[in-house]
Amino acid sequence: MLRAEPAALSDDDLLDRYQRAAFDYFRENVNPENGLVADTSRPNSPASIAVVGFALSCYPIGVERGWMTRDSAAELTLAALRFFWKSPQGNGDDVTGHKGFYYHFLDMRTGRRVWRCELSMVDTALLVAGMLVAGSYFSGDNEEEREIRELAEALYRRVDWRWAQGSTPTLRQGWKPKSGFLHYGWEGYNEATILYVLSMASPDSPSSDDSYSGWTATYQWENIYGYDVLYGGPLFMHQFSHAWIDFAGIRDAFMREKDSDYFENSRRATYLHRDYARRNPYDFSGYDENLWGLSAGDGPGGFRASIERRRHRFSGYAARGAPFGPDDGTIAPWSYLASLPFAPDICIAALRHLGDRYAGVVDNFRLPSGFNPTLANRRKFGRHGWVSEGHYGLDQGIVVMMIENHRSRLIWKLMRSNQHIRRGLHKAGFTGGWLSKDGGDAA
Amino acid sequence: MPRDRTKETAFPVDGSDISLVRTAHPPNWKNPEPDGPYNLVVIGAGPAGLTAAREAAALGAKVALIERGLIGGASVNTGCIPSKSIIRTARLYADMHDAENFGGDTPKPVRVDFQRAMTRMRQIRQRISRAVSAETLASEGIDLYFGEGRFSGPDTIMAAGKILRFRKAMVATGARASLPAIPGLVEAGYLSNETMFDLVDCPKRLLVIGGGPLGCETAQALCLLGAEVILAQNDPMFLPGEERDAAQILSDALAREGVEVRLNTEVVAVRAEGGRKLADLVRDDETMTISIDEIVTGIGRSPNVDGLDLENAGVAYDADGIRVDDYLRTTNPRVYAAGDVCLKHKFAHTAEASARIVVQNALFLGRSRLSKLVVPWCTYTDPEIAHVGVYPAEARQDGIPVKTYTVLMHDVARAVMDGEEEGFVKIHVREGSDRILGATVVARHAGEMINAVSLAIRSGMGLHALADVIHPFPTQAQGIKMAGDAYRRTRITSFWRRVSERWLAWSRR
Repeated sequence: MLRAEPAALSDDDLLDRYQRAAFDYFRENVNPENGLVADTSRPNSPASIAVVGFALSCYPIGVERGWMTRDSAAELTLAALRFFWKSPQGNGDDVTGHKGFYYHFLDMRTGRRVWRCELSMVDTALLVAGMLVAGSYFSGDNEEEREIRELAEALYRRVDWRWAQGSTPTLRQGWKPKSGFLHYGWEGYNEATILYVLSMASPDSPSSDDSYSGWTATYQWENIYGYDVLYGGPLFMHQFSHAWIDFAGIRDAFMREKDSDYFENSRRATYLHRDYARRNPYDFSGYDENLWGLSAGDGPGGFRASIERRRHRFSGYAARGAPFGPDDGTIAPWSYLASLPFAPDICIAALRHLGDRYAGVVDNFRLPSGFNPTLANRRKFGRHGWVSEGHYGLDQGIVVMMIENHRSRLIWKLMRSNQHIRRGLHKAGFTGGWLSKDGGDAA
Repeated sequence: MPRDRTKETAFPVDGSDISLVRTAHPPNWKNPEPDGPYNLVVIGAGPAGLTAAREAAALGAKVALIERGLIGGASVNTGCIPSKSIIRTARLYADMHDAENFGGDTPKPVRVDFQRAMTRMRQIRQRISRAVSAETLASEGIDLYFGEGRFSGPDTIMAAGKILRFRKAMVATGARASLPAIPGLVEAGYLSNETMFDLVDCPKRLLVIGGGPLGCETAQALCLLGAEVILAQNDPMFLPGEERDAAQILSDALAREGVEVRLNTEVVAVRAEGGRKLADLVRDDETMTISIDEIVTGIGRSPNVDGLDLENAGVAYDADGIRVDDYLRTTNPRVYAAGDVCLKHKFAHTAEASARIVVQNALFLGRSRLSKLVVPWCTYTDPEIAHVGVYPAEARQDGIPVKTYTVLMHDVARAVMDGEEEGFVKIHVREGSDRILGATVVARHAGEMINAVSLAIRSGMGLHALADVIHPFPTQAQGIKMAGDAYRRTRITSFWRRVSERWLAWSRR
C-alpha cells in the first residue's frame, strides 16, 4: 500500500511523510461543526475526547509545517473549544460531561455520551492538555485567537480535580452516573503523569498536594535485562505524557532518588521492548531487533489457537506489554514513531524494516493500530497476518506530536512556557533542568 | 471442623474415606481420664495443635490434645492436601493439552476422568492422615480427647465432659470458610472448600466467586478437569495485595486455559430455577444474569471462636479472631493461641511456626516473637505465585527506597527446556545495599524456589552473597542466583571498571 519507495528516502523525508500522513487523519475525521474527531476511521466511529486533545495539539504543527493555514487551524480549534464550553454537563445520562470532565466517547454529531462509557479522568487530561497547547500557540491579537486563549483557560479551570480524588489521595480513573467512581485503582507507573500535573496546578479546584506522591508510592524500580527502569508494560505508558512535557533533565523526588529522569526512563523502556522481542519467548513470527513494540491497541479478536504446536490466546483491543505480557504476537508499529525522541536509532531502523518487510501493513505512510504476523495465512488473514482495519486517532496523534518534538521540539517548547504546566510540575516536586530557568523555552 | 464430617455417611463413601475416619477420629476411641494438672492443654488438632502437642510431649511435658472433628484440621481434610492433590491431576491434563509443545502427541480428545482424580485425592488424604493417627499421638504420650473443648475457668477446660486442669493452654481451633453476603446464596446452595472435595461429578458450568488464592486455584483446576468456569472478582485484578505483574501473568494464564475471567464484577444475587442456579453479576453500572450448575465460594476465612466459652477464661476475641500479643499470649496470661484462630496469615506453615513459639514461650519462659518470623506463602496456580518479606509498595510507604532485581523465567535455561518459562523472580533490596527485603517468584515451581530467598532473609544473607551460592546447572532455581548476578553487574561502576582496566593493562606489560 506504500506508494513511494521509502528505502530511497532520507530519514528526514521519511519522517516527514509519516508525520504528514498521520496529520491528515485529523482533517479527514473531524466534524468541523463541533471540532470533534472520530476515535477511528471506521464507519460510525464516535469521537474520543483524547483524540480531540491530540488534534488540538497537532493543528499548530500543521500550521508550522505548512499543511494548513493558521486561520483554518484556529477555526477548527475554536469549534472544539466552543462545543465543550457549551456542551451540557451534569450527573444525568444524556450529557457530554460532569464536573468539568468529559465522557470518553461522544456522538460525533450531538456530542453526547455514547456506549454508556465512563467519565474519563485521564482522557479529559489529554483533552485539556490539547486545549492548553492551543491557548499557548494562538497568541495573536485577533478576536478568534483571543477567544481560543480565554476558552482554553476557562475550560481548564472548571475541571473539578479535587472531586475526582473521591476519598483517596490518588485520582479515580473514571465515574459513571449509576455506580459512581470506578474502583479501578492506580497501581504502578503509567501514562497519567500529565493528569497529576494538570490536576495539581489547577487554580480553582486542585487535587490535594499528596495526590502525586500517593501515586508514585506505588512505583516499582526494577533491574530488568540489565536496564534500571521504572516499569510500565505497554509502551504508550512511556509516551503519552511525554508528548506534551519534555521530561529530559527535570526530576521529581522519585527520579532524584534513582538518579535518573523520565525521558531516560522512556529510552530504557524502548530498548527493553526491543530486547524482549529479540528473546521472543513465545516464538511469535517476525519478532527480532527490528520488529518490537507492544502497546495498547487493536488486536485480532478474542480466540484461542494452536500455532506451531504452541497454544496461544489472542485478544481484541487490549494493552499489551513487555516483558510480563500480555503478548499475543500483535505489534503496535506506531510505537516506533511515538518513541522516536527517546531512541531515534533503533526506532528508525525498526520503521525502515517495517516498510521493507511488511510494506502491505503501511497505508501510504499511515500506520495501523496493530498487526500480527504470527497469524500470516491463517484463518482468514493474508500474508502479513492480521492487520487492524482503518486507523486510530490516538496512534496518529502521538505520531504527529513525537515526530515534531524530535524534529523541532515545538510542543515541548510551547508547554515549557505554559504557567499551568510549570506550576503543576513544581507542585509534583519536579526541579532542575529547564524548570530552573525563567520561561524555560530555551531548548 | 463440622462434626458431621466424622460420620461416614456425610462423605461420598469410599474405602479411603472410611480409613481416614478410622485413623483421624476412631469411632470407638476411649478418652483418657485426667490425672492431675497438665503442663499444656491444646484445643484443636490441626497443624498448630499437632505441632505444639507433639513438641511439648517430646520435651517431657504432660500434654492433652482435644479435637472435635478429624485430626489434621482443615489442612489435611479440606484444605491444602486435597486441593493440591487435585491440582496435580489438573496439571497433568494441562500438560496433555500441551503435549505437542513438549515434543509429544496430544491425545485427541483429551478425556477427563473426574471421578478418578477425586478417588486419587481421597487416597492421598488418607495416606497423609495416617502419619498423625490417633494411635500414633497416644503412643507419643499425648492424652488425646475427642469431643468439644470449652473453658470452664481461667485454668480449666471441660473436654467431653471431663475437667482438665492446666498450667498453660493453647487455642488452635483454626478457621472456616466465610460466606460473602450474597442474597439467595444459601438458599440456592453452594460449595465451599469444606464440601467441594465431596464432589462425585464435575459440574458442567461453574461460577467461582472471589479471585483470591483459593478462588484462582479452584477455577484453574476445575477448568482443566473439564468444567466450564466463570471466575468473578470484585477487584480490578486477581490476588489483591499481590504484585500487579504476578496478577497479570495469572490472569493471562487463566484466560488461556479457558477460564472466563470477569474482573471488576460483583455477584449481587443468586437464585435456583429449574434445577439450575442463576447469578446476577454487576460490572460498573451494567447487570447481567448467568446460568450455572454450581457455585464455589468461601472467599474469606472466619476464625473458630464460638463454643469455646472463652469468656470463662477471660480470653478476648473479635471478628479477626483471638487477640494475642507478639508472644502469642491472649488476655489470660496462662492461655496462648496459635494458627488460623489468631493469625492474619492463615497458612499451615505459619500455624506450625506459631505453635513452636507457643511451646517455647508458654513452657520454657521463652521470649520468641511472632513478628520475627519470615513467612513465605504461595498460591498454587499454574504458574505458582510465591512471596516472602515485604512488597515494594509497603517498603516505599515506610520511606524505604527499594530496588528490584528481576529475572524472567524465559532467561532461565532449565525453564526453557521444561517448557515452563512463564513467570519471573523479583528480589527486592534496599536501594544502595544488597539487603533483601522481600521477593516474589512466579514460576511453575515458585513454592520450591522461594525457599532460597526465605533462607537468605532468615540468615541475614545479602543478594551479593546469594550470587556465590552454587546452584546445580540446569535447575529452575538458578533464577534466584541470576538475580544475585544481576545485582553484581550493577556494582561494576565506571570507576571500578577503569581501575580494573588499568590493573589488567599493567598486568599485560
